[in-house]
Order: sequence, then structure tokens, then C-alpha cells
Amino acid sequence: MKTTFSRVLLVSVVAALLVALAVSHVGAQTITVEYWQYYYESKVVLIDELIKEFEAKNPGIKIDHKTFPYEQFNQKVAISVPAGSGPDVVNLFYGWVPKYVEAGYLQPLPEKDFPVATIERDFVPMVDSIKLEGKYWGLPTAVRALALFWNKDHFKAAGLDPEKPPTTWEQLQEYAIKLTQRDRAGQLVQSGFAWNADGQDWHVFIQVLLRQWGVTPYSADNKKVLWNSNQGGYDAFKWWTELATKHKVGEPTFMGDYRTAFIAGKASMMIDGSFALGTLKSKAQDINWGVTTLPVRAANPTVQANFGSFWLNSLTVKAQGAKRDAAVKWLQFLTSPEVMKRWLTDVGELPARTALAEDKALLSDPQYGPFLAGLKYAYATFFIDETAERQAVIDATNEVLLRGTDPKVALDALVRKEQAIRDEYYK
Amino acid sequence: MAPSAESSQRHTSTAPAPPTPPRHRAASPRRGLSLRQRTALWGVAFIIIPLAFFLLVRIYPALVAFDVSLRDWNIMKFNKPYIGLKNYQRLAADDGFWNAARNTVLYSAIIVPASLALGLLAASLIQLANRARGAYRMVYFLPYITPTVAVSWVWRWLFFKNGGVLNQILISLGLTPQPFLQGLDQALLCVASVVVWQGLGYYIVIFLAGLEMVPHEYKEAATIDGASGWQVFRHVTLPLLNPTILFLAVLGTIRSLQIFTEIMNMTSGGSGAGDLGGPLGSTMSLVVYIYQTAFYQFKFGYASAMTVVLFVVILAITLVQMKLLNKPVEY
Amino acid sequence: MNDSRPVSNRSSQIWAHAILIMGIATVVFPFLWMLATAFKRGAEIYSISLIPKRPTLANFRYLLERTMYGRWYLNSLIIATVVTLSELFFDSMAGYALAKLRFPGRNLVFVLILSTMMIPTEMLIIPWYLMFTRTGWIDTHWGVMLPGLISAFGVFLMRQFMQGMPDDLLSAGRIDGLNEFGVWWHVALPNVRPALAALAILVFLGNWNAYLWPVIAIESAKMRTLPVGMSLFSGEAGSEWQLIMAAATLAVIPIMIIYSVFQRQIVEGVALTGMKG
Repeated sequence: MKTTFSRVLLVSVVAALLVALAVSHVGAQTITVEYWQYYYESKVVLIDELIKEFEAKNPGIKIDHKTFPYEQFNQKVAISVPAGSGPDVVNLFYGWVPKYVEAGYLQPLPEKDFPVATIERDFVPMVDSIKLEGKYWGLPTAVRALALFWNKDHFKAAGLDPEKPPTTWEQLQEYAIKLTQRDRAGQLVQSGFAWNADGQDWHVFIQVLLRQWGVTPYSADNKKVLWNSNQGGYDAFKWWTELATKHKVGEPTFMGDYRTAFIAGKASMMIDGSFALGTLKSKAQDINWGVTTLPVRAANPTVQANFGSFWLNSLTVKAQGAKRDAAVKWLQFLTSPEVMKRWLTDVGELPARTALAEDKALLSDPQYGPFLAGLKYAYATFFIDETAERQAVIDATNEVLLRGTDPKVALDALVRKEQAIRDEYYK
Repeated sequence: MAPSAESSQRHTSTAPAPPTPPRHRAASPRRGLSLRQRTALWGVAFIIIPLAFFLLVRIYPALVAFDVSLRDWNIMKFNKPYIGLKNYQRLAADDGFWNAARNTVLYSAIIVPASLALGLLAASLIQLANRARGAYRMVYFLPYITPTVAVSWVWRWLFFKNGGVLNQILISLGLTPQPFLQGLDQALLCVASVVVWQGLGYYIVIFLAGLEMVPHEYKEAATIDGASGWQVFRHVTLPLLNPTILFLAVLGTIRSLQIFTEIMNMTSGGSGAGDLGGPLGSTMSLVVYIYQTAFYQFKFGYASAMTVVLFVVILAITLVQMKLLNKPVEY
Repeated sequence: MNDSRPVSNRSSQIWAHAILIMGIATVVFPFLWMLATAFKRGAEIYSISLIPKRPTLANFRYLLERTMYGRWYLNSLIIATVVTLSELFFDSMAGYALAKLRFPGRNLVFVLILSTMMIPTEMLIIPWYLMFTRTGWIDTHWGVMLPGLISAFGVFLMRQFMQGMPDDLLSAGRIDGLNEFGVWWHVALPNVRPALAALAILVFLGNWNAYLWPVIAIESAKMRTLPVGMSLFSGEAGSEWQLIMAAATLAVIPIMIIYSVFQRQIVEGVALTGMKG
């Protein structure tokens, strides 16, 4: 009796061990790819759906999707680098890429899966901002461009044609002056143009104004900051800051920030990205607004420019061997035309493939159209340290706005600061 | 901690506990341990967890801070090489650091004297008013216990340039509206005045306790000698309050060296990265600059060097005050 | 001073009251304005009136429905409660040992603990962040609480009070057959109850209001404490002041309730211990 019992016990233990072994063996064949992005509701929902489809098509691959609040995302990714933890595929802002490449955190896309020539043929030109050392370090699903939003009711009230937004900067200035209202104490009540440096307008200055005033913002190798390389740069900076100092059509902190002011119906025009469409649709229902392409300069109307930006998906050095193969498949799926189409409808961001971006139906869409049109001549700034470069521009404009510094002096100081950031990186 | 608080005065004896009377030692001899040995064992058992805690959570991290401050410790890099005192040398040439340091000194120079003067004034008035003492004390103390984050946002709203109530009041009085938190010359003053507003209740409570300790007979004697109220205050009350003033001055200085929450919530851009310390860094304090360097720019080594500098400054002030007051203060 | 010059005393008393009441207006006004804005909506938030024409609860509803305010309350409550209990337990235990039990190295331990008071928190947050990242405690309640579970100041305070306790009392407990733990628990602690109460209130308030370490140690929205949640929410709300003021109101009200009940103990406790701001 006793021996029978121990035999049964022995057999069942062995059986259990075998089963466990088999299960763990199967487990080992399932490859888990960790994917990180920041929390943005529509993106998170869509990615979760896409994961289900991807896993159904690729048995043996599991995607582990993790999200973090936007404010902490960069920090969270950064700290995971030396800790050896973190994702296999990560969603990054393109401006952060050089720092992550320098840190040795990313691996270039494998040439056999993502040939450089194919990327350059199929994707919008701005992706070359993440081409470092001749290699691509990731690819976007969607891209963004800027456009001019205007409040039609304000236009009507100011005696302007509500269906004719400004097409030149000169017009924008003229309209903005007309649209601006102040109370008896001189306090801004309605801002003609939601002037800001910290939102999108600093990008407008670097990639749009400078180019239209005849300045190429950076040298071809991105090592030199050329904003004050000729008189046009000084003129552009002066024109830009004078909107706030001389014409007083806006104040950087009016109503908190530019988009809040526009949504609250307190600003008549603003420049914002395609990503703002969703917010405007849900929050600015009381406002009768339109969106159009960025203005040009009356003096040379053929020079069109826009600022493009994007979040890309990159492979980290953590993904090696079979894991890398799985990660590559996930990446190919994320950058496929099918996913891009859904991204546009579900998230509202523009497709990163040229073929889709030139789609006729999309181009004539009253809301997406102006952004897609802008994509064709959009430049993405090659950032070294986006946070520091942005802060330098904000400080320079504050020097002019608050301290009354001569714009010329402020621009020279700004260029020195921006150049120092580049020199530090390339030293 | 408060030199004027009666109950803590009563218990400040630092003499060791008298030895246990011998009769207990004989009463319970167990396992061959003397009572003295057993007491010692209990003592060790009681202190072991707290001691381990302080070693691991306070002392060891402090040493780590020194270590990190000697390295090029960028959070994103795998290598964190030792670079000697380079981080400290870099401080000398960092305009942002000096701006923050200058602002921090300015904060102390505004907050401490203003709090002392207003606190003493209010406490004296409360004593003079004689009635409703408890009620005054209660109301003036209220801001001190409210969450600083909430207080900061309320004031941010009051100071708001377009449509904030302070500007609306100025306008209705026919005065020029002010930029307040957006003004290069005003922002720091606005933040400092909120710190004073919130902390005043604490100064009042401590001063009230101090005023109570001034013996009545002294004042009466002086009054009978024909001294005016002001003279009594100036020559009798004030000198006797010296320890209280000194204590509050030291405490106020150290607290204003650590000012952080008010600046983060009153003058940060709000939209995230970057401009934490007001326009052109006009409200930037040392601790906000440290926070920005560490958690926005990921330069842990450099930020740690700044924390060590802060530590040294606070240590110096603490040692001076311990010499003068013989009381510990925690920060 | 009271009776020597009654007439001038009388008028100076009235002056004192007048000035003090003006001071009270300055203290109370921001709170009233906060309340007023919290119940306003639309364009009315920019009107100067302390009483909303059409008061609304929509702002509070928005906060409770669209943010995790309830969760942030709970987080703050859990953290402040656990830290308070832990401090009461360990601070008084260490304070008792340092005051009443002789053991080798006692003075050294006391000096060591006391010396940690001179290390400012700012110096420790980076090392804590690095340590806790490694152990996976970032973004957990435990990680927020750990640095505060025992405080040098609390130990110092408890030691002061324990020293004032007569030794005969403890001896009596020992004679009754209590071991040292029992003496501490049944004899010493009840004897310092007022000090424990003061410490409890201060630790609770201090942790309820804490910002610097929580803002670093917390990452996800659901882990935020009330101050961190309020701060980040307000940053995102831009200039929707009615929402921000409603958020501030929700953060201030529990403190006001606690204060109205325990105001004497709180004020005296602070005077006694010099609570951190």
C-alpha cells in the first residue's frame, strides 16, 4: 500500500515535471517583443487593436505594449538604457534620436529588411533627419506638418472676408492688427495672432521664416547654425518679434498658451500642427474655424516652406537574434500602408509614405488638405538637444520682448548658444 | 526645536538615565544574563531597525551623492567615468547656476526679514489686542498648513495678467495693470511674497510663544519708570526675544534656500519641458535648477555637484545655529 | 501693562484689532477667491465678484469624472497614514532606547542619527532615484513612503520626551513582570501620548502636502498623490482657472476640516516641533 502510493507519487511528479518542461519549451518558442510609447488615448487604443491583428498573423510573436505619461516618457526611456531594461521597439520623437544614437541605445535598421534606397523612395523627404552615419535609425508611421488656423467669426466681426485667410505674412500682420482688441487699460482682450515662441512658432521661425527671408538655417552637414549668416536672418527675426513688440498683436502667455487662447475664442489666428485637429474638433465646437496652408512672403511667393516632425519607431540594442527578427516584423507592420491609413482616420496624423500623402481625395480634404500640401515642402530640423535648443529660442525672444534688447543683438547671442550646443555634440 | 516652546524646554536634560536600582537586578536573573546585559540587548533590538534605516536611506545615499558628483554621470550613457572635480569647476562658468544662486540669495534676503518683521508685528498686535487671541492665531496660521501646491495655483490665478483679480482691482482703481509673474523684475518678488504670506502664521505662533516668556514684571517695572510702549518693546521685549528671532532667522534662511514647490507651480511653463524658472530664469532657484539639470537634462553628476554645494551651505548655517542655540533642526 | 494706562490701552487695542482684521482679510481673500472661481463657469470666471451669479458644480463633476482625483486622494491617504504609523512606532521605539536603555555605542548612534538631519533632502533625491530605479520601487507607494518611514527629528523629539519620564515608573512595570517591549508599549507610550499626538498630526500633514520627492518618484497617473496630481493636472488645464480652482478647493477642504477639529493641537504641535513647511 505504502509502496504503491509512493510509486504513484513518483510517477505523477515526473509527469508534472515533463509537462512543465514541455510548457516552458513552448514558452521559449514564443518571442515577446516589448513595445513602448507615451500615453495618448487614440494611439494606445489603435496600437492595442493592431497588436491583436499582428499576433494573429504571426503566431509565436507576442507584443508587450507599455505606455507612460508624456511628461515622463523621455526620462523613462533614458533611464532604462544603462539599466539594461526597457523596450525592444520604442516610439521616439525624431529630435531625440541623435542623443540616443550617441548613447549607443539604438541599432540601425537592418539593410536587408529596410534598404536605404527603398526608404528614400517611399517615405516623405523629412525622414532624412534621422539618417545618421548613412543609416536609418527608425521609421515613422505618421508625420505632422503645420498650418494656419483662423477664426471665421472674428474675421467677420473685423470686417474681413471670413473665407479668405491671409496668404502672405504681410497680410497676416495687417489682419492681425485689425483683429487685435485691447481694453481701456491696454490689456489684451482679443489677440489677432496667438504669438508664441514655445509652441510651434519657433519652428516656423527656423524652417519657414528664415528660408523665405533667404536664409538656409543650417549647413548641409548640420554642424553650423546659419541663422544670422546674412541680413535676411536679422530681418526675419525682427519681423517675427515685432509682431509682439511693435504691432502688439499677441503676448506669449496670453490665456496661458496659444492653443487655449484660440479654443477660448480669444485669439483670431494661430499656427499649429495636424495633431491639434483632434483637440479642436472636440473642444472648439463653439468656434467657427478654418485651416489653411502657411503664408508666404509677398516679395518671393514661390518659396514655400513648412516644418515637419514625427515620432518614429526604433529598434533598441536589446533586440538581438530571434527577437530582432520578430521586432523587425513588428516594425514592418507598423510602417505598412494599411496601418498608415488607419492611423490617419483613428489618430488624425498624416501618412509617412509619399504615395499616400499625395492621395487626391486626402489633398482636397478641408482639414487634412492644408497639412498634406505642407508636407511636400516640409523640413524637419535636425536637433541635437531639442529641449535646450527650444529654450534658447524662448530666451532670445524674451530678451527682446521683456528686456527690450535689440533683435540683432539677441539673434547673435541666440546663434552663439545654438552653435555651442552643436559644437559640444560634434567635438 | 522652537526655543520658546515650554514643554520642550522642560525635557531638554541630556543627562544619561540613572542606573537601575540594584534590587531589580537580583529580582529576575534569567539565562545567566545580568539585567544590565539584558537591557543592552533590548536596547540593541530596539535601535537596530532605525539604525539600519538611517544608514541605508540617509547616510549611504549621501555618500552616493558625493560619488555621483565626481563623475560624468549622464543618465543615458553606459559609462560614468570619474572626472575629479570637473563638475564643480564647471559650476564656476555656468551662468544658469549663478543666476539661480543669486535668485536664491535674493529670496532669502526678501523672505526672512519680511517674515520676521511682519510676524513680530502681528504677534505683538495680537498680544496688545488681548482679546480673540486664539481666533487670530487660528486664522493667521491657516495658510501654513494648506498644501503649497494648491496655494501656489490660487496665487497664480490672482496674479494672472489678463483677467486675474489683482490686475482687475488695479484697473478699477485707475492704476496700470502689472505683468506680475510675467515681469522680469516682479516675478521673483511675487513668489517671495506668497512664501511670506504662507509662512507668516508659523512666525506668529513662535513669536507669540516667545512673547509669553517675557516676564510681566520687567515690562511693568519699565512702564512705571515712565517708558513708553515703544520703549518697553525696544529695550525690554526685543532683547529678550533675541533667541527666538535668531532661531526663526536661521530656519527661515535655510527654508528659503530650499524653495522649490512655489516656483514649480507658480512660474513653470506648464506645458512640460524647459522653462521651469519663469521668463529668462527670473524666478529660478537653486533647487529648481538642480531639478531641471537632473530630471530634464539627465545630468545627474553635475546636478549632484550642485546638491553638495547646497549641503555645504546649509551645513555651515546649521553649525552656526547649533553653536548659538544648541538645538537641532531638520530640513 | 494691563491696567497702568487704561485709556491709551483702550485705543491702542482698537487699533490693534483694526490692523489685525485687515491682515485677516489678506489671509482669507485668496481662499474666498478660490472658492468663488471654483463655482463659476464660462466668461463669469473673469468677473470680479465673490458670489457666482449662477453657481455650478460642473467643475467638480469634471474633476471627479474625467481625472483620477478620487484615486489621488486615496494614494495620499494611504501614504500619509502608513508613514505616520511607521514614524510613531519606530521613532518612539528608537527614542525610548536612546533615552532609557543603556547599550554600548548608544551615544554614537544618537549622534549619527542626529547628524543625518543636516543632510538636505535635495542631496538625497538623486541617489534615491538611482537606488529605487534599480530595485523597481519607482512609481510605487512603497518608493514614495520609504524615505520618510523613520525620521531623525521624530527620534530626537521622542527621546526628549522619554527622558522626562521618571525611571521609577518604568521600574514598576518591570517589577510587574513586563519585558522591555512591554514596558515601552504599556508604560512609556501612554505616558508620552500628547507628544505622540503632536508628532502624528505633523507627520500626517507633512506627508499629505509633500511634493519634491513624490513628483520624482511617481510616474503613472494612477499613482499620483494629491499635490502631484493637482500640479500636473493644473499644468495641463492651461488657463481653465475654474477647473484649477476646483482642484485646489478639493485639495484644501480636507485640511480645513482637520484643522477646524484639531486646530489647538496642530498650532501647539507646530510651535513645539517646528514642522517642516
